[in-house]
Amino acid sequence: MALLQLSEPGQTPMPHQRRLAAGIDLGTTNSLIAAVRNGIAETLPDESGRHLLPSVVQYRGGHSPIVGYSAKERSARDPANTIVSVKRLMGRGVNDIVKLANQLPYQFQDSESPVPRIVTEAGAYSAIEVSAEILKALKARGEETLGGSLEGVVITVPAYFDDGQRQATKDAAKVAGLNVLRLLNEPTAAAIAFGLDRQAEGNYVVFDLGGGTFDVSVLRLNRGVFEVLATGGDSSLGGDDMDHAIADWIIETSGTKDVSDRTLQRRLLNSACAAKESLTDQATTLVEVEIGSGRIWREPLTRAVFNERIEPLVQRTLTACRRALRDASLETADVREVVMVGGATRVPRIREAVHDYFGRVPLTDIDPEKVVAIGAALQADILIGNKPDSDMLLLDVIPLSLGVETMGGLVEQIIPRNTTIPVARAQEFTTYKDGQTAMSIHVVQGERDLVSASRSLARFELRGIPPMAAGAARIRITYQVDADGLLSVTAMETKTGTASSIQVKPSYGLSDVEIETMLRDSYEHARDDAGARALLEQQVDADRLVDALGAALAEDGATLLSVSERASIDAALQALRTARGGNSVDAIRNAISEVDRASAEFAARRMNAGIKRALAGKSLSEVKEL
Amino acid sequence: MSITLTDRAADRVKSFLTKRGKGIGVRLGVRSSGCSGLAYVLEFVDDVDSHDQIFEDHGVKIIVDPKSLVYLDGTELDFAREGLNEGFKFNNPNVKNMCGCGESFTV
Repeated sequence: MALLQLSEPGQTPMPHQRRLAAGIDLGTTNSLIAAVRNGIAETLPDESGRHLLPSVVQYRGGHSPIVGYSAKERSARDPANTIVSVKRLMGRGVNDIVKLANQLPYQFQDSESPVPRIVTEAGAYSAIEVSAEILKALKARGEETLGGSLEGVVITVPAYFDDGQRQATKDAAKVAGLNVLRLLNEPTAAAIAFGLDRQAEGNYVVFDLGGGTFDVSVLRLNRGVFEVLATGGDSSLGGDDMDHAIADWIIETSGTKDVSDRTLQRRLLNSACAAKESLTDQATTLVEVEIGSGRIWREPLTRAVFNERIEPLVQRTLTACRRALRDASLETADVREVVMVGGATRVPRIREAVHDYFGRVPLTDIDPEKVVAIGAALQADILIGNKPDSDMLLLDVIPLSLGVETMGGLVEQIIPRNTTIPVARAQEFTTYKDGQTAMSIHVVQGERDLVSASRSLARFELRGIPPMAAGAARIRITYQVDADGLLSVTAMETKTGTASSIQVKPSYGLSDVEIETMLRDSYEHARDDAGARALLEQQVDADRLVDALGAALAEDGATLLSVSERASIDAALQALRTARGGNSVDAIRNAISEVDRASAEFAARRMNAGIKRALAGKSLSEVKEL
Repeated sequence: MSITLTDRAADRVKSFLTKRGKGIGVRLGVRSSGCSGLAYVLEFVDDVDSHDQIFEDHGVKIIVDPKSLVYLDGTELDFAREGLNEGFKFNNPNVKNMCGCGESFTV
């Protein structure tokens, strides 16, 4: 059976109407996907428990592209076909690329098209298509984890992205088959993750030091909306530069002369990265690296030495902060909070420098690598409508459930009570009889299972349903309650689009006392209602069977059945009619199985006769084509 | 009348309640809907209604309204993992038929 998630009070989704939404941090170095499950926004890991997806795509001739860790591992061996940091190329025209081309290991296609394409052994691809591969991998992970298809996503982009770069990101999502609810600025997403959107108005700084890029943004929160006052940073400054700083220290201290070997460079950087990470919690770490043939070099590295080595990088981040504040015409004292984003902000020296500069402790409670994706997931959850009590201004609830009458005088709830408005919920129904061309829709209110015990709000008819077999038509009934509590009900036959609708004001004339009485009644009658529902459901089943079998007998009974066979079916049918008139659920259920058994042979013969009719007069070759 | 939780389900509920930062327990319920009659409700609880019945198992409060209890008596709530997907499962002895997707059922 489907696995269920815990919902907020009153927010359990209708079956098959769970609205799955996710937040995507489409990063330069790494990307993540996050979603709200069981009331908590969290990033979604892959099968190996890894949350990050390296933003690396490798194209191979004759194969589908590889995305993520395995592509990253191959990037050193196959640089021309492995695209890294594609985000830097998003929305860039041929002219922009010419400037970057010397720094990139890729070959660009010569063409008239304004969109530059990277030539790989599997063909030429634009930055949009490469990004789409990353998004597809995240989409697959999200859909597998959440157990359904994603209805919408929020994708984050840097605050400085221009319209072209934003449009390119949207196009990539379209190529990946994702519906973009909204593009969200990365610093805003981080602020939302920390819940700053629900705090006092004021100015906030988001300090985002990633693997290869540094962004600082100054935001102003005004009436629940974040406005970007200024952005700054350095597109080639990040945690990787700290790794290079440590690698340089290893080269100097060990006296290594020749570092032209690529494998050695890789080993140096890997050891440097490991040393950087362990210095987050420890004051000293032992650096071990194989230099030269089999020679292992070991030397302790203290945090003090590390800090000294990265100090020029730290100062560059602070210079960018100073400039951004100046652009926003603010002093450090005007900043309410500083949010830390990006893996490199785990480095203690960075936190200390930011603390000293802004004169306040920066916010670091949420994993800095995941915080942007988490904020995007929170926003997606609100936009898809799973959390109407969050950002919606009007907070009103429906006092009693709204439903529709179904066969047998039963109520099918469409909108449960205590749902916040505005709200729209739809459900599909079908026809009960062959050739049925109209349907009467009875709108009711209340908590009871029986129409007779509920309050009738309105009735209307949907006409013009094309004649079809019972159960083949699809009638979509939509209940919509607007912010003023006005209910409109629409019934639409989905094939032809024939529709009919009505408006009612459901709470009209109901006092609180009446509502309370209706609620209490439903609890007191719970057991009776359950029994009545079971009985009515069986009766509906019985009627359907009697009708269907009656029609079949009228058509084929005389030709396919002997007199005695016919008599035994008639007897079973008569027994069912009698049981149908009584009020024993089991008796009706048994009588239905009895009719099923008595008519099984008849049904089989009808099937055979039908096939014979279909094949009659056809040659063998014609039949094969069927 | 009883409603219970497996160890795994209890651990998850407790951790979700802690992370959420508020709430006194979980609400189990049913409502009429779906392709096969009734559908499950599984929610955090902030306020208990005066009509509600409260059960306690593994230190977790389980809140059920009297109307739903008729359909849920004897149910055990479990937490399961299927590939990357994970979530709660109702082991409900009252269920006779389930729709293919398992989101709704009849008793």
